[in-house]
Amino acid sequence: MEWMYLVPALPFLGALILILFSGKIGKPGVIAVGCGSIGLAALVTIVAGWQFMQSGVPAFSQHLWEWLRVGDFSIGVNLRLDALSLSFAFVITFVGWLIHIYSTGYMSDDPDFARFFACMNLFVGSMLMLVLADNLLLMYLGWEGVGLCSYLLIGFWYKAPENGAAARKAFIVTRVGDTAMAIALFLLVQHTGSLQLSVVLERAQSLWAAGDPTVVWIAFLLLGGAVGKSAQLPLQTWLPDAMAGPTPVSALIHAATMVTAGVYLIARTNVIFSLAPAAQTAVAITGAVTLLLAGFSAWVQTDIKRVLAYSTISQIGYMFLALGVGAWSAAIFHFITHAFFKALLFLGAGAVIHALHHEQDMFKMGGLRKSLPGVFLVFLIGSLSLAAIPFISSGWYSKDQIIWLAGTAAGGRPVYAFAAVLGAFITAAYTTRMMLLVFFGKEQTHVHHKPGPEMMVPLYVLAVCSTLAGFLELPHTLGHFTWLSDFLQPVLPEVVTQHASVAAEWGLQTITAGLAALAIYITWRLLNAPFPKEAGAFLKSGWGFDAAYDVLFVQPFVRIARLNRKDIIDNVYTGLAAITRGLHRMMSATQSGIIRWYVLGVVMGAVLILSVIIWRHSM
Amino acid sequence: MINATTAGLVLAGVLFTLGLISMLIRRNIIFMLVSVEIMLNAAGLAFIVAASRWGQPEGQVMFMFILAMAAAEVSVGLALILQLYHQLKSLDSDEASRMRG
Repeated sequence: MEWMYLVPALPFLGALILILFSGKIGKPGVIAVGCGSIGLAALVTIVAGWQFMQSGVPAFSQHLWEWLRVGDFSIGVNLRLDALSLSFAFVITFVGWLIHIYSTGYMSDDPDFARFFACMNLFVGSMLMLVLADNLLLMYLGWEGVGLCSYLLIGFWYKAPENGAAARKAFIVTRVGDTAMAIALFLLVQHTGSLQLSVVLERAQSLWAAGDPTVVWIAFLLLGGAVGKSAQLPLQTWLPDAMAGPTPVSALIHAATMVTAGVYLIARTNVIFSLAPAAQTAVAITGAVTLLLAGFSAWVQTDIKRVLAYSTISQIGYMFLALGVGAWSAAIFHFITHAFFKALLFLGAGAVIHALHHEQDMFKMGGLRKSLPGVFLVFLIGSLSLAAIPFISSGWYSKDQIIWLAGTAAGGRPVYAFAAVLGAFITAAYTTRMMLLVFFGKEQTHVHHKPGPEMMVPLYVLAVCSTLAGFLELPHTLGHFTWLSDFLQPVLPEVVTQHASVAAEWGLQTITAGLAALAIYITWRLLNAPFPKEAGAFLKSGWGFDAAYDVLFVQPFVRIARLNRKDIIDNVYTGLAAITRGLHRMMSATQSGIIRWYVLGVVMGAVLILSVIIWRHSM
Repeated sequence: MINATTAGLVLAGVLFTLGLISMLIRRNIIFMLVSVEIMLNAAGLAFIVAASRWGQPEGQVMFMFILAMAAAEVSVGLALILQLYHQLKSLDSDEASRMRG
């Protein structure tokens, strides 16, 4: 466990080497450094995690050095390993490593190969910093670091202006949430006098009673940060546009890891949310509404990556719903399975896009079942997980747990469970639609070239993980195996259920499975059925949020900026310049070139000086 | 009764004022040079008068300096006037007013 500092340090070191020496080490060197650093970090994580589990301590923290000290207030660069950070660190390094290996194939023709891996390594390092940080300020450093890398990688192909615009949008929209989070940190420092996680959470419990306005404010501001990063309502608009980046980036940053940082934040500060019931209800409502809205939007997209983007928003909505009802470990469980199957789906989509020479429109695909059988197989496994097909997919185990707990956990309500079930129905529908459009039907675009082993092997590994990760937890109906919840027990509060009847759970599972089957059947029968055009366009645009924000925020801002085009404050400085110029004009007028005037000037000056001297002497 | 010192200083002041006025009103550049000479000599006269009043030799030394300086000034001034005349074909100082701020 003493080697824990290597986990974030190795990717940072890799990024540094790639930034400084990418020209000298050549392409094999870039691959060795880029993938090797993440692979080693994954190895260290597994070893450290194994030792941590053997040791049985609830949390292990490592002090590296003191970052800053102001009076009694000190921030150290401290790392903290506990069940929650270990779960995240494992997913980040392991899935990140697979995606890096895949990228060596996907990006092999790109002229900026080294820049890509430098940014990816920097991202993994920042993300590990985020989850391993022992205090909130260090976490905020990682939080901003991943935001920066997200910006750099969305705009990776910066020569197309729309990619730059998408990158800016992602950066600015998440910045709204980050500002809220920064204010929350200020309030925490003001009231608890510390940013150390353990201290803050301990003092919060003794400082505030449940429902105290201060803690509710803090919780809401933290939620603001979380919705920004995790692309939840109302800050979800950046994620679909973020698909402008290369597909491995979408898989790593915008599906598996960075967008779940909000889930991590809320799970990490669960004490504060437990003290603020209003904020926790808001978390649940945000999740429930987001998962439905995004699910419906995913249903009508034509771009395969946008389907997956909306699907990611929707699945993170499930995690928020779980957090909101108090099913903390269920959210983390869904995070783990989602990281595997969504990374698999994105990478699979990337393989398809790569094979069809950067074609992303699903209506121009079709019939790829025969030409890309390997990709079809893994994509099918991923889709089964996403659509939550019972027993054989990991997505079912995690989503089923959330659906069940949405209704029965301490903060659960039937309406949440209803939203979750409806969301599962929509998920199955859009997943089936995507499968049918891409892999079945008539072949429309010829396969350009088949993905090589460096792309297929990570896909197979992820496919296996997508299936096996579900067995970390089994529902009451299937033996009630709770390894992950038990593991997370020291960090996250136990899930309190209102009333648990196994028969009701059977019933809910049957309904969910039946609805999923129904969704698949309906989609299969009505794939090409006409859809109301206006409604389709409305859903496709993501419920008009972009247009509304444009009218509400962007345009007024642009108008104000236009009004103040000649900066008002600048007038002081331009005025100063104008006065100087006027004086200069007066002085230059005296340079007439007529020598007698100069002489007169000298005489007047002499007379003046003499008068003054005489006047002073006569006094 | 006006003593010699007062008379000498008044003469020097009158000479200096005459030179100054002619400097201001003349446009012919040679006359302006002559006016400068008059003013220099007025200043020299004031030195001599002061030296004889206090019986000190420094006044005469200063006059020597002024003479030497005036000689140098005239030679440089005449050279400049010659050049100016070549350029402008005129001795009017206002002709040489091409500089405008």
